[in-house]
Amino acid sequence: MSDHHEAERRQELHGYVIGLILAVVLSALPFGGVMLGLLPKTSLLWLIAIAALCQVIVHFRFFLHIDLSRSHRDDLQLILFSLLIVALMVGGTLWVLSNQRHMMG
Amino acid sequence: MAQTVQGKGPSHIGIRLSNAAPASHQEEARSQAEEALFGFWVFLMSDLIIFSMLFVTYATMGHSLAGGPGPHELFDLSSAAWETVALLASSFTCGLATLAMRYDRSVKKTLFWFAITLLLGLAFLSLELHDFMTMAAKGGGPSRSGWLSASWALIGTHGLHVTSGCLWMLIMFAQTARFGLDPLVQTRFMRLALFWHFLDIVWIGIFSIVYLLGVLS
Repeated sequence: MSDHHEAERRQELHGYVIGLILAVVLSALPFGGVMLGLLPKTSLLWLIAIAALCQVIVHFRFFLHIDLSRSHRDDLQLILFSLLIVALMVGGTLWVLSNQRHMMG
Repeated sequence: MAQTVQGKGPSHIGIRLSNAAPASHQEEARSQAEEALFGFWVFLMSDLIIFSMLFVTYATMGHSLAGGPGPHELFDLSSAAWETVALLASSFTCGLATLAMRYDRSVKKTLFWFAITLLLGLAFLSLELHDFMTMAAKGGGPSRSGWLSASWALIGTHGLHVTSGCLWMLIMFAQTARFGLDPLVQTRFMRLALFWHFLDIVWIGIFSIVYLLGVLS
């Protein structure tokens, strides 16, 4: 196995280990916060939301290897377009159904 | 073993034909693999839309308990935490399996890490099955309230995805036994790995929105 090959392998392994450590921390924080109940409720809500968002980004970056480099540009564009569709559908559903709840309730 | 033909810079595919194959074949296999993986990303994103709609249905059903049991009575956070551990560990071992396949080209190592991934996946599924049975025993079946229908649909769809991932892994074991790690089998393993990592991402949404926010409110 060539040195170049070996270096590339080590670099990728390194990425998976970093991803794992970050993901463990970002899962332990919200679970620990809710189970121990050390923080006020509003802070816990923020903790859960921010930890989840960060962990999603960590998974995409370290496990799915999506980054801003040119070779991944197509994948990234597809993901961002899908997120736009998801945002429209999720936002629209929440808007319409909360309005309906309000008017019927 | 000397790697005579290398890709230009790091590639997220890294499918390698045997060293004897000419460079043009390597490039051709690489671009075919890229195309197959991109197609699989399109599928994953359509799956993401399905999960998003299940999540938003769940969110709009948050208050529809119909007098039935709610998250406090039904959810066991320590079980959800163990499920998270199992799925996250399996995502990591899945990554190790793809490294073993792409760099070591060792059938044994690749299958070993995929087998660990499968076992962790099965551990996740048995915990989830246990959760479902506990919920049903406490009177929280899927037909009890709008909120419960939405929870069962969301968590159940994810569980079915994990189940099909496990089946897919078994099929890939059989294919590897039959064909070895040829380029086609390798791209299939790569797609399986994408699928598996994707399911872990959906699980982040489930444990945050359903379990943690549910118990908190």
